[in-house]
Amino acid sequence: MKEKEEKMSLVDFFRRKNSGDVARDRLKLVLVSDRANCSPEVMEKIKNDIINVISKYMEIETEGLDIQITQTESETDNGKVPALYANIPIKGMHHTSGR
Amino acid sequence: MSEVIVITSGKGGVGKTTTTANVGTGLAQLNKKVVLIDTDIGLRNLDVVMGLENRIVYNLVDVIEGNCRIKQALIKDKKYPNLALLPSAQTRDKSSVSPEQMKKLTDELREEFDYILLDCPAGIEQGFQNAIAGADRAIVVTTPEVSAIRDADRIIGLLEANEIRQIQLIVNRLRMDMVKRGDMMTVEDVCEILSINLIGVVPDDEQIVISTNQGEPLVGSDAMAGKAFANICRRISGEEVPFLDLQKKAGVFAKLAGLFK
Repeated sequence: MKEKEEKMSLVDFFRRKNSGDVARDRLKLVLVSDRANCSPEVMEKIKNDIINVISKYMEIETEGLDIQITQTESETDNGKVPALYANIPIKGMHHTSGR
Repeated sequence: MSEVIVITSGKGGVGKTTTTANVGTGLAQLNKKVVLIDTDIGLRNLDVVMGLENRIVYNLVDVIEGNCRIKQALIKDKKYPNLALLPSAQTRDKSSVSPEQMKKLTDELREEFDYILLDCPAGIEQGFQNAIAGADRAIVVTTPEVSAIRDADRIIGLLEANEIRQIQLIVNRLRMDMVKRGDMMTVEDVCEILSINLIGVVPDDEQIVISTNQGEPLVGSDAMAGKAFANICRRISGEEVPFLDLQKKAGVFAKLAGLFK
């Protein structure tokens, strides 16, 4: 029993993140969305560039295209990470894209 | 060649006014001709930190509105005749001054002074716009806290948008004991997040409170914060000065000596 307790505290010790690290990680995350929100011009540029690239391969509905910076759970268990989310409705594929 | 430097932070209470007072006094100790302008209209503070509150006759708004000449409003420092203060108006508001008027004022002061330091109000509204209007460079003050750093990031974006090219960072009120045990962000963390150049690190020092109580800037004294400000002044004037070893006082932390390089 005693042994188990010791093990627990050791695990807790390693799992516990320093508050300084927590602060740094939270800040990095919040600044990604702050910076993105502060510059709609940049988001508009990204959007136009995405349209240009995707349009080479498929016909997309540019009106319905939605991009934003969001937070998502990391697949490698790093907690939340910033992500560029894009919803691009496809109207059809170009003939050449499959060849 | 004179320089107009705005000292700003976004968030209030991180040490803009204390920094302005100490950097201004420190530059005067280096025999530069310095004028400090308190641009926080309605919330005048730089005068009390400098210990010059009893000598105010005219203020910034009086100069802008032409009620007096610039020279009449400038208050000479008690110790350094090459240091002057242009106090803010206490009973007016920020809309009494426009960015164009501020730029004209700072340009006129360039003729007489080597350094014109602008103590910026907190926030990003008109007071901020007024303060940065005539500035060549900016010093952003932050503390190692999430709220202060977030605001600093916003301020840096606005300074860049206003084409202020030289922007440097002071990390104020650092507590090495907390950094050591992992409960405060390191200076490296802060610099990496904000991605601007560091011009100084000022440790949390109770001597600052004492010096503010007395209305005498600490710069040049033996206190750690006093040394840190003196080094910042030398860096501002173009000298290369190594960063202070803030661990020295604590002794046991000597291992981390390279941390601030």
